[in-house]
Formats: sequence, C-alpha cells, structure tokens
Amino acid sequence: MASFKKTNARPSRFTTAGMQLGSVAACVLLWHFASTLRIDLGVITFSNVPTPQAVISAIWQLLQSNALLPHLGSSLARVFSGYLMAAVAGVTLGLLIGRSRKAENWLMPPLELLRPIPAVAWIPLAILMFPSSEASMIFITFTGALFPILLNTIHGVEAVDPRLIASSRSLGASPRAILREVVLPGALPSIFTGLSIGMGTSWFCLVTAEMISGQWGIGYYTWSSYVIQNYADIVVGMLLIGLLGMGSSWLIKRIGDWLTPWYRLQGKS
Amino acid sequence: MMTIFEKQSSSYENQLTETDGKKPAVALGEINAQQLSIRLGTGASEFEAVQAVDFNIQPGEFVCLLGPSGCGKSTLLGALAGHIIPASGVLEVDGQAITGPSPERGMVFQHHTLFPWLNIVDNVAFGLKMRGVNKAERHAQALEMLQQVGLHDVATRWPSQLSGGMQQRVEIARVLINKPRLLLMDEPFGALDAQTRLKMQQLLLDIWSRIRTTLVFVTHDIDEALFLADRILVMSPRPGRFIKNLPVNFARPRTTGLVTTPEFMQLKRHCLDLLNHEEGRQLPRLSPLGLPPETRIAV
Repeated sequence: MASFKKTNARPSRFTTAGMQLGSVAACVLLWHFASTLRIDLGVITFSNVPTPQAVISAIWQLLQSNALLPHLGSSLARVFSGYLMAAVAGVTLGLLIGRSRKAENWLMPPLELLRPIPAVAWIPLAILMFPSSEASMIFITFTGALFPILLNTIHGVEAVDPRLIASSRSLGASPRAILREVVLPGALPSIFTGLSIGMGTSWFCLVTAEMISGQWGIGYYTWSSYVIQNYADIVVGMLLIGLLGMGSSWLIKRIGDWLTPWYRLQGKS
Repeated sequence: MMTIFEKQSSSYENQLTETDGKKPAVALGEINAQQLSIRLGTGASEFEAVQAVDFNIQPGEFVCLLGPSGCGKSTLLGALAGHIIPASGVLEVDGQAITGPSPERGMVFQHHTLFPWLNIVDNVAFGLKMRGVNKAERHAQALEMLQQVGLHDVATRWPSQLSGGMQQRVEIARVLINKPRLLLMDEPFGALDAQTRLKMQQLLLDIWSRIRTTLVFVTHDIDEALFLADRILVMSPRPGRFIKNLPVNFARPRTTGLVTTPEFMQLKRHCLDLLNHEEGRQLPRLSPLGLPPETRIAV
C-alpha cells in the first residue's frame, strides 16, 4: 500500500521512460493473450486477430522483401507534399481570417461547409479533378491537414492580446509590421499546435488516399493486405502509420518548442 | 483659448521651417482640448464617457487625471494616445489634431504590454526597429535606455522572468526610446504592491527630471497624484467632466517625507472632499482602448 503513496516529487526521467515503455509492453501483452487464447466476448472477438508473433514475422518478411523503402518513400512524399501545402494555405488563410472580419465573412462559410467532409468522400471528386492519381492522393492528405492548421491559426490570431497590438501601434508599427512582429509571433504557439495536429490527421488520411494508389505506399500496403486477407500485414501497416505519424508530430512539436522558447516559460509563471 | 492656440500653432510651424526639420529649441508637447466629447458603446448602450471638456497642458508639465473608477479618465488618455476617436470637439498636440496612435505619444498601461516573444533589450528597441534603425545601433540605444531605468543587467531575460515593477520600468524605457512629446500613463503602478509603488513613483520623477516630456498620468490614488503632479485635474463620472483644476506647488525634487507634511495633508483632505460626493456609485473600470468588443482592429 505504502508504495503507491502519491508524492509531489517529480519522477525521474528514467522512471517516466520506464512507465511509458511499461504501458506499451502491457498493451502488447494483452494483445498477445487475447489473440493466442482466441478470446471471444460476444460483442468483440479476438479469434481472427493476428498474434504479435505473426505480426513480427510479417515485419521480418517486409524488411527482407526490399519493398519497405519504396512504400515508405512514396507515403512520406505524399504526406509531406500535402502537409506542406496545407501548412502554407492554412496559416495564410488563418492570418487573413483572424485579422479581418471581411475575410472571415467571405471565406468561412464555404470552409465550414467543407470541413466535416471526410477524406474518403473526396476520393471520387479527387479522381475526377486531378489527371494524375499522385495529385489526387496529395490532395486528400492536404484536406486532412488543412482544417486543424487553419482553425488553430485563426484561434491563435484572435487570441492575441489587443493591448499588445495597441501598444505596437503606439510604438510606430505599420499594419504590415503589426502582422509580422505582433500577430504572427503571438499566434505562433497556437499555429504549432495546429501544425502538430495537422501532421497527425494528414497520416490519418493516408490509407484513404492510397486506396487509389497503383503500387506503392504504406496505406496502399495496408489496404491491399486487407483485400487479399493478409491480416498480419494489415497490422504491420497500421503500426507503421502509427509510428510515422507519432514521430512526425513529435518532430513538429519540437520545432515549435524551439521557435517559441518564451512560451513554455510563460506557461509556468 | 483659441488665440493662444493659434499663436502656439504658428510659432511651432515657424520653428520647423527655421531649424530645417531639426528639433525645435522650444519644448514640445502642448495639449489643447476644446469642448471635447467622447462616446463609448453602440446603439442603446452608447454613453458619453467624456463630456465637453476644455483643458490645456503645457509642454513638460506633469498632470494627473484623478477620479473614481469609470469616470472617463482612462478614456481621455486613450483619446490622447489615439486609440479612441472623440465624438466631437478639438484635441490637439502642438496644434496638430490627433488622428491615431503615434510614437510621439507613448502609452504605458496598468499591466505591462511587453511582447512575450522578445527579450528585454529587443522589447525596448522595438520602436527603433519600426523606424528602420539597424540592429547594432538600436541595441546600443536600448541598453542605454535600460540603464536610465536601472535595468541594464536584465537585457537578455524574457519579460515573464521579471517582477511587476521591473516590467513597468522596461515598459517606460520602451516608450521613452522614441523620444515622445507626451508620456501617457494609465494607472501604471496600480497593480504593484505598496512598497514597489513608492519606489516606482520616485523613479518616475527621477526619470522625468532627466528626460523631460509632457506627462499625463491617470490614477485614482490621491496620494500618488499629489506626490507626482504639477497639477491635478479632478474628474467626476457619467458624464466625465473636470470638477477641479488643482495646482500642486510642492518643491521638487520631492521625497517620500512630503506625504506626511501638513500642507500635503490639507490638499489631500481637499481632494477627498471633492471625490466624496461621488461615493456609493461603483462604475466599471473603462479602458484606454474603449469597450472590449471594439478591440478588433482590421489589417
């Protein structure tokens, strides 16, 4: 009992890492027992779920097949092209909408209408609109990343303290300087929140996008494994997407922390 | 009133032409207001925050606007800064109508408005950056200005790492680096503890004796107004108007001992009497930026 006593002391780095690894290990262990014992709870059944061992051997096969790199390369290129375009469009539109009521009235209604449309619903139109399937896939990852980036940018711009803007005007800042020197840095923490979430949602849309891929891509690999009922490979694809999405979101977050060193300080004071 | 203003205006223009654009020998920063009214709010909730006031403030004068919360003193200061547009009347600095914010009219708010993403020296140098001064030059000037407010050793810190009093000192330095004609202060020490407030008041007088600008200082603290000002304009709320123009002739430099002298006490009692008949009415505090919904400023 005493060992579970809550203290105010912050756990050490190793303890934290240990707990995090332990939680992943516990999940894998649960998966292992559920799938090997073929647990059937009625509403959910694990009797057809591939076991961790099967998945590991599928990973091994993928690694040996020389197909991993082209799969990864195609997916990374698609996600990053779509994501970069979404970042540019989302931040630009967000600054405009956040600063100007006129822009908000003109641009927000159609954007609000498009926002709830899921990536999968875009597939037919994307195929019709873009002559190359590559462009269609990039477009779908773009739609996935755009809205979190846009909405967080708008929120960040609108949350900039109006007193800071008033002060900057009293210090001689022109409208353009206000945007560059006050609004943009003021909204930056929120913009990076959007960029980090957008990175995740962009990966989220990858399988959908790569449904129309001919040959390569992690999403395509996952989808085609389902079509040919290769269940262990599906889990491999899922894990790869999870890892890559988590890794790239983490990367964006680190870049954000590096560019906004004052922000974490402020949060603590 | 009108003739005085015209004379001042023409002599100012002459100064400009005679000295070929250089800083005129005559001190600048004269404020002139005639029948100045300011309305806040829209539609049914619109009200007159300042009603038909006339006043004149001389270059280099230290004037306190004293009055209870919501009496319109901050609104008047906001109009001087150019953040609020008056409904009617004349409001001029050195003969020129105020049309918007300008670095000539520096503003210090109750809570600091330092940019959290700039370190102290870059915050102070902001006005110079806006004028296109190169980095080395503006840092040198900013460090010098920080020295003036006794803070040269915190140049590389973030604003959030400083105490409230230090933040306001940086704020003052950031405004003064633009060599403004007016320094406008909206209860700048109101959020500080009593001890720090006293220190800041003395520091402000010390800075003002070295860097002379016209200073308009808004406060609801009678002691503060009497300790600092050359003259106090006492305001009464709804509609905001002046009920007393009170010269404060204590010798300078002033020290904290002043506040216990009989003369000080007598003036303080007088101010209390002036403000007392307004007691019992609690109005919301107004801001120099007008009312909250109006704060969105288009690109």
